[in-house]
Amino acid sequence: MTIAGTQEYALNMGPQHPSTHGVFRMVVHLDGEVVTKVEPKIGYLHRGLEKMAESRTYTQFIPYTDRLDYLAGPHNSLGYVQAVEKLMDLEVPERAEYLRVIFAELGRIASHLVMIASGSLDICGWTPWSYCFRDRERILDLFEMTAGNRMTPNYFRIGGVSHDVPDEFWPALQSFLDDLPENMEEYFGIFFGNEIAQARMKSVGILPKELAENLLITGANLRASGVKYDVRKAEPYSIYDRFEFDIPVLYGCDTYDRHLLRLLEIQESRKILLQALRDIPTGPVMAKVSKVIKPPAGRVYHRVENPKGEMGWYLVSNGTTKPARVRIRTGAFVNVQMLSEIIAGWKIQDLVTIFASMDLVLGEVDK
Amino acid sequence: MDALNNVFVNIADAIRGLFADSHSFGADLTINIIVFIVLFLIMVVAALFLSLVERKFAHWVSQRPGPNRVGPHGWFQFIADAVKMLGKEDITPARADKFLFKIAPMILVGVTLMAFGVLPFGKRMVAINLDLGIFYFLAISSLSTLALLMAGWASNNKYSLLGGLRAVAQMISYEIPLLFSLLGVVMITQTFNLSSIIEAQKTVPFIFLQPLAFVIYLIAGIAETNRAPFDQVQGEQEIVAGPFTEYSGLRWGLFMLAEYGNVVATSVIAVSLFLGGWNGPGFLPGWLWFILKIWSVIFLMMWIRWTFVRMRIDHLMHFAWKILLPLSLANIFLTGIGIYFYELLSLRIGG
Repeated sequence: MTIAGTQEYALNMGPQHPSTHGVFRMVVHLDGEVVTKVEPKIGYLHRGLEKMAESRTYTQFIPYTDRLDYLAGPHNSLGYVQAVEKLMDLEVPERAEYLRVIFAELGRIASHLVMIASGSLDICGWTPWSYCFRDRERILDLFEMTAGNRMTPNYFRIGGVSHDVPDEFWPALQSFLDDLPENMEEYFGIFFGNEIAQARMKSVGILPKELAENLLITGANLRASGVKYDVRKAEPYSIYDRFEFDIPVLYGCDTYDRHLLRLLEIQESRKILLQALRDIPTGPVMAKVSKVIKPPAGRVYHRVENPKGEMGWYLVSNGTTKPARVRIRTGAFVNVQMLSEIIAGWKIQDLVTIFASMDLVLGEVDK
Repeated sequence: MDALNNVFVNIADAIRGLFADSHSFGADLTINIIVFIVLFLIMVVAALFLSLVERKFAHWVSQRPGPNRVGPHGWFQFIADAVKMLGKEDITPARADKFLFKIAPMILVGVTLMAFGVLPFGKRMVAINLDLGIFYFLAISSLSTLALLMAGWASNNKYSLLGGLRAVAQMISYEIPLLFSLLGVVMITQTFNLSSIIEAQKTVPFIFLQPLAFVIYLIAGIAETNRAPFDQVQGEQEIVAGPFTEYSGLRWGLFMLAEYGNVVATSVIAVSLFLGGWNGPGFLPGWLWFILKIWSVIFLMMWIRWTFVRMRIDHLMHFAWKILLPLSLANIFLTGIGIYFYELLSLRIGG
C-alpha cells in the first residue's frame, strides 16, 4: 500500500501531439503544472537524406534538399547548389542570382509567417494563424506559377535556375509586397499587441546571450538574444552583398522577442525583394553546364542563412557523378538543444510557447 | 401582438384545458414532461446550431470560407456533424474507471439541463418559477466541476487528469466573482426570482445601473463555460483536449452539448439580470426580444473567443483572485451605498 503524497511524473508529449509541430517527441517531467525537465527525442522523420545523396547524381539530389526545411524550400536548395557550384568553380548568370535571392527571401517570409502563425496558434490564437496563412498562400501561389510545386518548388539548378519566371509573376509579387506592411500591422494588432499574448510571452523562456553562444544557437533565436550575427552579412553569399538591409537584433532573450524578430526580418526581406525587383537584369537564367555534372575531386563547405538558422553544406567529391559524402549542418537540429536548457521551472503552457518560439521544422532536425 | 406575445403560454394553457381539472396532478405532470422535453430539444438544437454558427463566425473573423459544402452555404453542416458523431465508435479505455468514465458526461448534461429549468425564456415562460432561481442556478452549475473532474480522473490519462485539475481550480475560482457580480442586482431588486428581476427592469435594464457587474459577470461566465481565453481546461495545444481526451462518439458529443448548453444558460442569465430580459419596444413579441438579446450575448462571447489568445493558468488565477474578486466586492459596496442614498432621498421626498 502506498501513502498518498505528491510525486513528479513523466508525460510523454508527442510524436503525435497538436503542438509539437510535426513528429517531435519530448518526455516532460512535471511537478503538477511545472516542468522540471524535458528530454527531447528526435528521429521520427529521419529519412537518411545524407546517405541518399551518395546514391544520386548531383542534380538528382536537388529535390531532396527542398524537403529539409520544407517550410522554406528554396533556401536549402540555394545552399546545396551553391556548394556544388563552389566545387565546380561555376559562374552563375546575373538574372539567375537575382531570381534565386527573390525565391530564397520569399521562402524566408513564408517560413517566418508560419512561425508566427503556429506560435499564435499554440496559445490558441486561431485568427492570427489564419491571417498569416492567408498571406503565406500568396507566396505559395508565386512558387506554384513558376515551378509547379507549392512548398517544395525544386526551382534551382546547378548553374542557375530551371527556367525564367512567367510574366504574371512580377505584378503578383509587387502587389504582395505592397500589401505586406498593412498585413503586418494586422498581425501586430491581433497578436503581438495583445495584452494576453504579451503576458504569455514576455520574460518567458529566457535564453541568455552567453548560453545561446555556447550552444551554437544560430538564426533568429540567436539574434533575439542580442547577438548580431547573420551569414548573409557575416559571409555574404550569392549577391546578398549588393542589397541594403539591416540585421534586426533584440535584447529581450525571451519568447516574445523571438516571435517579434521574425516579424522584423519579414520587413528586411521585403526591402531585399523590393531592391531585387528594381535591379533585376535581363539575360539567361542558366550557365553553360554540361548535362552530366562531374565536379573535380575535392571537398567544399558552404553555409547559408536558412530561416531556421545557419545551414552548412559539406560535400566531398571523388570526381564521379555522385557525391562521395554529404554532410548537412542544419540550424534547427542544433537549436533543439536549447529547449532542455531553458525549460526548467516554466509551466506546461509555457513549454508549448517556448517550443513554438524555437521554430523547429522536423524535416530539418531529423534530416 | 398580445396573442403573439403569449403564444407559448396559450399553448400550455390549451394543453391544461384538455384535463377536467386544469391544475390536477395529471395536468401538472403532463405539462412538466412536455416542458422538459422542449427544454432538452432547445438545448440540443441550440448546441447543434451554435456549433455551426461558431464555425461560421470563426471563419468570418479569420477570413476563411468555412463550412460551405452541405446544403445552401453549408447551413446543414451541423446535421452531417451530428450523424458523423453518432456513427463514431464508442471507445472506453481499457484501464479507465469504467463506471465514472461513463456517467461523467451524463452528469454534465444532466446538470446543464437542470440549470435550464429555472431559466425564463419569456413572460411566464419558465419551467419552474423558483423564488431562489439565481441561487439554484449557481448551486447547480457549480456541480459541473465535479463532472469534469470525474471525466479527467476516470480516463486514466495524464492529459485528462491535468485538465480535470485545471477545471476544478478555474471553475471554483471564477464561481466567486460570478456570484458576487450577481449580488448587486439582487440587492436592488430584493429577490432571487429571475422573473421578478426581469419585471423590475421594465424602465431601465440593470446594465446601466451595474455596468461593472455586467463586465465581471461576462468574464467570469466565459471562464465558467471554459471558452477561450479561459479554455485552459481543454487547452488543445498543451493538454490535447483535457478531460475529453479519451472520449469519442456520443459521449464526446454530450460534453459538447453541455458546453453549448452552458453558453446558452450563461447568456440567458446575462440577459435576464442585466439586459432587461423580455422587455423591449412593443413591435416584437417578448420572447423574440429575449432570443435576440441572447444571440447578441453569444455573439459577444464568440467575438471574444476568436480574438483573444489563451491565458496562462497562473495569470488566470491571479486575475480571478486579485482583480475580479476585489472589483466585485467594490461593486457590492458601491451598490449598497447607492441604495442607502436612494432610500434616504426617496424617504425625504416622500416625507
